[in-house]
Amino acid sequence: MQYLTNILFLIALVAAIGFFTINVRKLIRNIKLGRKVDISDNKAARWKNVLLIALGQSKMVVRPIPGLLHIFVYVGFVIINIEMIEIIFDGLFGTHRVLSTVLPMGVYNFLIASFEILAMLVIIAVVLFWTRRNIQKLKRFWAREMKVWPRKDANYILYIEFVLMVLFLMMNAADQRLQVVSPENYSTAGSFPISQFIVPLLADLDVSALVIIERTSWWLHILGVLFFLNYLYYSKHLHIILAFPNVYYGKIKPKGQFENLEAVTKEVKLMMDPNADPFAVAPDATEETPEKFGASDVMDLTRHQLLSAYTCTECGRCTSECPANNTGKLLSPRKIMMDTRDRLEEVSRNIDKNGKFVPDDKQLLDDYITREELWACTTCNACVEACPVSIDPMSIIMAMRQYLVMEQSAAPAELNVAMSNIENNAAPWPYNQMDRMNWAKED
Amino acid sequence: MEETIKVPTMAEYAAQGKQPEVLFFVGCAGSFDDRAKKITKAFVKLLNKANIDFAVLGTEEGCNGDPAKRAGNEFLFQMQAMMNIETMNAYGIKKIVTACPHCFNTLGNEYPELGGKYEVLHHTQFLKSLLKEGRLKVEGGKFKGKKITFHDPCYLGRANNEYEAPRELLEKLEVELIEMRRNKRHGMCCGAGGAQVFKEPEPGTMDVNVKRTEHAMETNSEIIATGCPFCMMMMTDGVKAKNVESSMEVMDIAEMIAQADEL
Repeated sequence: MQYLTNILFLIALVAAIGFFTINVRKLIRNIKLGRKVDISDNKAARWKNVLLIALGQSKMVVRPIPGLLHIFVYVGFVIINIEMIEIIFDGLFGTHRVLSTVLPMGVYNFLIASFEILAMLVIIAVVLFWTRRNIQKLKRFWAREMKVWPRKDANYILYIEFVLMVLFLMMNAADQRLQVVSPENYSTAGSFPISQFIVPLLADLDVSALVIIERTSWWLHILGVLFFLNYLYYSKHLHIILAFPNVYYGKIKPKGQFENLEAVTKEVKLMMDPNADPFAVAPDATEETPEKFGASDVMDLTRHQLLSAYTCTECGRCTSECPANNTGKLLSPRKIMMDTRDRLEEVSRNIDKNGKFVPDDKQLLDDYITREELWACTTCNACVEACPVSIDPMSIIMAMRQYLVMEQSAAPAELNVAMSNIENNAAPWPYNQMDRMNWAKED
Repeated sequence: MEETIKVPTMAEYAAQGKQPEVLFFVGCAGSFDDRAKKITKAFVKLLNKANIDFAVLGTEEGCNGDPAKRAGNEFLFQMQAMMNIETMNAYGIKKIVTACPHCFNTLGNEYPELGGKYEVLHHTQFLKSLLKEGRLKVEGGKFKGKKITFHDPCYLGRANNEYEAPRELLEKLEVELIEMRRNKRHGMCCGAGGAQVFKEPEPGTMDVNVKRTEHAMETNSEIIATGCPFCMMMMTDGVKAKNVESSMEVMDIAEMIAQADEL
């Protein structure tokens, strides 16, 4: 009987990690639906970006207030998770505050004290974040694409973090009292700069009540953490893991340098080669179906773009800097990322159900992202610059434009005019190429 | 005012068996748009004043392909690019200067993968280097002390991280530079990029260029300085739309330097 709690703990832990693993594998499977990209280049620059942008939060602090608050939550999250080592060990082996028996007391006290201070900072940040979303109602949290679920999701995350921190402090407060009233079972360990202020509230409680509070807090805290871990896959909160790979795979080249389409290069070279045999059969004609130009669905996007869709935390900094969105157009770079993820999840459920993807008469284009949105982009890179985790929504817009123009010939009429001008007279306006130097003769 | 400006072509240079120091890639706007042609001429005056050995492609130049690529027409872009590259490689071009950030970006960033490898400079970068080498002098003249704001062209700024060259030139013009609320990395597009300038905007509450003009108006500047012929078109339209033509002018930095020197 005495091992019952240890066994229950083990079951909870294995179930949580098992379920999480299943979802991680699904995540990887879904990302692999995208096209392969070569990211073997520029390793040094990529690691530097991970260090500065992901670990160092350099883009978050561009907006100082949310940036600083986010650093509280981020550092709090990372550091307080050291405590998980102790919790998991205690849970499995029935020990109590095992680290206090292995670490020098000074170190242990320092650790616990810093966890408590960070927990408090997290609570403050979370409350302010909640206020910004729900009381202050910052515009970017209430944009059109922020429908019911994205808004709820954001608040759920804040509630969970708040409750986890409160439970952690409650556990410590009860433990402190127990160290006083029941020293034979609770050895003195830890320094409690924050939870000491909760202790007076527990002054009248007897040992059994204190034990219940301490154990309940301990259990709810760890179960909460395990739940949160599994909530990630269904939430925008995946960024706490995916931000790192996404930043690593982020664009290294100048923002103005758009991808070169190799398949097109081959064809254009052939067209321009005076020695090419126009009737020649392509040597690898039997090999595969001709490549599709651009993207109409998630499978046509790159793996990095799909990873980005899962990484997006819907903060809306991209959209708040987008000139099209700023002037009331439908386009919102954040919506591009959210739509990509929603469609990818739909495809994922399709695969779960059918074993493989069965065409469902739907696609990213039109069913999720409209042409009106795509054509409103000025390719100004403001969204790319704004993203704190190196997401490039513009690259998806470009890929979809390529599909519209090269596969569907569906550019807006005025652009077709400009393009045929370029084709006929090497300028987007109908001027003769022979008049290209007339300016030098005019006064 | 009848004055001829000296504009040699690459063909002429090649005929004499000579190679210019730099190719001036004029671009479509600089060649055909009435307002942008003034920028082209102002820049040529500066090149002549500094005794720069330059040439243009003239009728052998074609659109760099930027609007085609950004509209999604990779075929057309690569056709244009390869034709230009063929021409420029045949002339043995090494160094290019252009007064258009779109030409600057495409030639510098997107031509290399298609076989066109050149050192490409935006005209503000080139003018800055002339200044450093003492080949050109920039003084405030009529702009001294004037309130001026600078609109960062996206394809110079965010796309290629060049925020300082134009500002250094403005500093030399001794103007009072007042930044807009969104500048440099966070600069707001004029609305022309991504081939937008060739089509009507999608429905919205206002046009991008009007919004950007409002930002400029907040600075109470007399001049919106910029370094892009398309920003020039958009901001000029914006100034007209806001009915502030009498108090606000849009100028390219090259024009300002030329005028300061009374060229």
